[in-house]
This record gives sequence, C-alpha cells and structure tokens, in this order.
Amino acid sequence: MQRLDIKFSKEIGSYDKFNAAQCFNCGTCTALCPMGINILPRILFRYVLMGMKDKLMENKDAIYSCLLCRMCEDNCPEGVRIAENIRVLRRYIGRHVYGL
Amino acid sequence: MPLPIGDILGILTDNIRLRGSVLPLPKRLISAWADGLGIKEGGETIIYTGHMYQLIPSIKIMAEKMAGLENSILTRYFWMGRIANKAVNLITFMGSPSPEEQARYNNYLRNIAMLLKEAEVDFGCLFERELYTGALIFDQGIDHVFEMHARKVYRLLKENKVRRVITVDPHTTNMLRTIYPKFIKGYDLEVASYLEVLCEQDTDARNPLDADLVIHDSCVYARHEGVTKEPRLLLKKTGARLHEPELSERLTHCCGGPIESLFPGKAHEIARKRLGQLAECGNKITTMCPICLVNLQGAAAKADVDLKVTDISEYLAKAYCAHV
Ligand code: SF4
Ligand code: SF4
Repeated sequence: MQRLDIKFSKEIGSYDKFNAAQCFNCGTCTALCPMGINILPRILFRYVLMGMKDKLMENKDAIYSCLLCRMCEDNCPEGVRIAENIRVLRRYIGRHVYGL
Repeated sequence: MPLPIGDILGILTDNIRLRGSVLPLPKRLISAWADGLGIKEGGETIIYTGHMYQLIPSIKIMAEKMAGLENSILTRYFWMGRIANKAVNLITFMGSPSPEEQARYNNYLRNIAMLLKEAEVDFGCLFERELYTGALIFDQGIDHVFEMHARKVYRLLKENKVRRVITVDPHTTNMLRTIYPKFIKGYDLEVASYLEVLCEQDTDARNPLDADLVIHDSCVYARHEGVTKEPRLLLKKTGARLHEPELSERLTHCCGGPIESLFPGKAHEIARKRLGQLAECGNKITTMCPICLVNLQGAAAKADVDLKVTDISEYLAKAYCAHV
C-alpha cells in the first residue's frame, strides 16, 4: 500500500518556482529526454503532486541523473519549469535526506 | 554499487564552504593562463574565467577516479572521505595534471584574451582573486550554500568597482547573468560572453580558414542564454564551412557532462551518442564550453574513426589574431 504524505507535497509546492501542477501529462518531455528514463520528469512530478513521498525517494538516482539540459522544458506545451522543478526536488532531498 | 550521491555532494559542498570552490586549485594555477599577456589588474570591464577552463584537467583526473570506483565496493567508504576532506583537501591527493595538459586548457583562455585585444576591447582581470561561481552546487539544489557563495563573488566584483563582466564559458555566463540576480537583490552587473562581445565589435577575420567544421551547441548557451547566432556569425566570417547536426541550436543534445561526477557511466553513454550525431556531419567538431569539450574529446578518444574535437577559440584565434 502506498502512503500519501500531504505535508511533503505541501512543502515542495511551497517553493515558489515549483509549477508541476501545470503539467497535463502529455509525455513530450519523456519522449525527448536524452536520458531515456521513463519517469523523467513527468512521473516524478505526479509522485509529488499526489504526496507519494516514498515513491519519490525510491527514485533518487533518476532525480540526480537529470542533466538540467532543458530539452524537455523548451518543448513543453504547458510552460512547466521542468529543470527548476527538478532542482527543487534535489533541494528537498539534499536537506531532508543528505543533511546538506 | 553506484556512487553515493549524498557523500559526493557533501564533499563538493564542504569544499565550497571551506575552500571557495568545488575543486580547490592552487591560486597560481588559476591565473597562470594570463602570464605575459599584459592584461591590467581590475578595471570597470573585466574578463572573468570562473575557473572553468583551468579546472578541466583536474576534473578529468577526478572523473577517471570516479569512473573506476563506480560499482566497486569502495563506494561504501566514501563517508570516511567526506570526514577526512573537512580537514585536508583530498583533491591534492588525486594527482596533478601534466603541465602540457594544463597548458592546453590555459591556451584556450589566452586565445580568448587575444581575441578581445584584437577587437580593441579594453578589459582587465582579477587574476588570483577571481572565484568559482558555484554552478555545480546550484545545479544540485544546495541553494543556501550557493547563495552565500554568490554573495561573496558579487561582493568581490563590487569592491573592485567592476561594472561589466566578459565571461568565457556558458556556465559562468548563466550564473553571473541569469542566476545571481535571482538570489541577490539589486544585482546590477552587465554580463556578456566573449562571443557576444566579439560580435558586437564586428571585426573582420585576418586569415581565412579553409575548414569544414561541425558545430556543437552547449545546452546552457543555446537554451538558457540564447547564444546561438554569435558563434556561427564569427565562424562564417572566417570562411569556414559550417555543418549542423540535426539537433542543433535550441534543439541541441547535451554532452553528458552535468552528471559526470555522480554517474560517470551514463555521462559517457550520452557523450558517445552525441558524438555519433556530430560525426555524421564531419570529423572536425567545434565546441564552445569546456565541459562539452572534455566530454566529447573523451568519447572521441574511444571512437573507431579519427575525430578532432576543438574549442571554438582555437579556430577564432587562428582567423582573427595576427600572431597565433
Ligand atoms: S511536456 Fe510539459 S505538460 Fe507534457 S508531460 Fe512533460 S511537463 Fe507535463
Ligand atoms: S532537463 Fe532533465 S528531464 Fe529534461 S530532457 Fe534534460 S535530462 Fe531529461
């Protein structure tokens, strides 16, 4: 069973640049991503929006594999700030998991 | 086992906090590139290297060590390295690059300075006082440490009465022009890459180049900073014939460099893929970022065909400068 952590999605959502809620899950970003990792980036955003903290934590490698190259962002029809959103996830993990 | 993300980020962050750079280099190494060029100390307009080109030979050594450790049992002991690094700069134990290797990267900076002189740009430099911009920890989301560091860099520039900064690579341009203003209220420096400055000066090439060149755009220049037409204009004026891969300008494909320190294997795979796309258009490839340069050169060294990957400053200096 998946635990939902609303506090977690609220904290990430409170970072002013995090705008993943604009994503309508079209898949353009995943198709263009040079990393070829299926969950990069849109499924990660779904995990956050739904409060699936454990799922996000299981995928730390994918989060840190993002090149921040913005190939996805430049082609996103909804103007999602994908690279900044990924940085926000790193910021959360850096603080709460790695104690940086 | 994969490399331990937390410990590696911890070491890089500690280095910024304690020593002012992710890979602290001896001061002399930072400014050696400018020897004998007659560049003045300080001034309202300065060239700012951000240490990127000077760091590449050391980054190469570190990347090789990391690639060797990836998936090895030794990754378990990285936490010890982090503790030791707080007391002693571990980078000094990784080995030093050869003087020839360091000279090669310094030479790109010399090219850039000579190009600016040739275009009659009046500029100075902060030499050993220059600081790294913190781009790597910004990318990793370590914002509180990044912000402190960015303020330190800004203070340095303001104390030296700098108003205009000429950058030499995309990452430093992006930090000083786009990212710092988001963290520092009232930030008022004018920042331009040397490619933009040279275009503005509108000088003509002295020595025509008879070459077929394939252009690799940096993601940061193309998509973050909108620098795409300048390198093309400058190269076209040399007479060189330019060849574009299918993914170019705003659609450029990353070289893999940004994940080299955490996932060297994946970074090499991306570099190989990009090199393949470039090689379809010709065997002389030109880059405009030191990170792209080192990654694509690494991939070219392992390729079956003869490919030459060179910094754009090399071609520009040959064409625009009198004594190269
Ligand atoms: S391209 Fe934009 S809107 Fe489409 S899935 Fe990706 S982030 Fe969402
Ligand atoms: S920014 Fe990250 S998610 Fe987007 S295309 Fe580049 S590597 Fe993929």
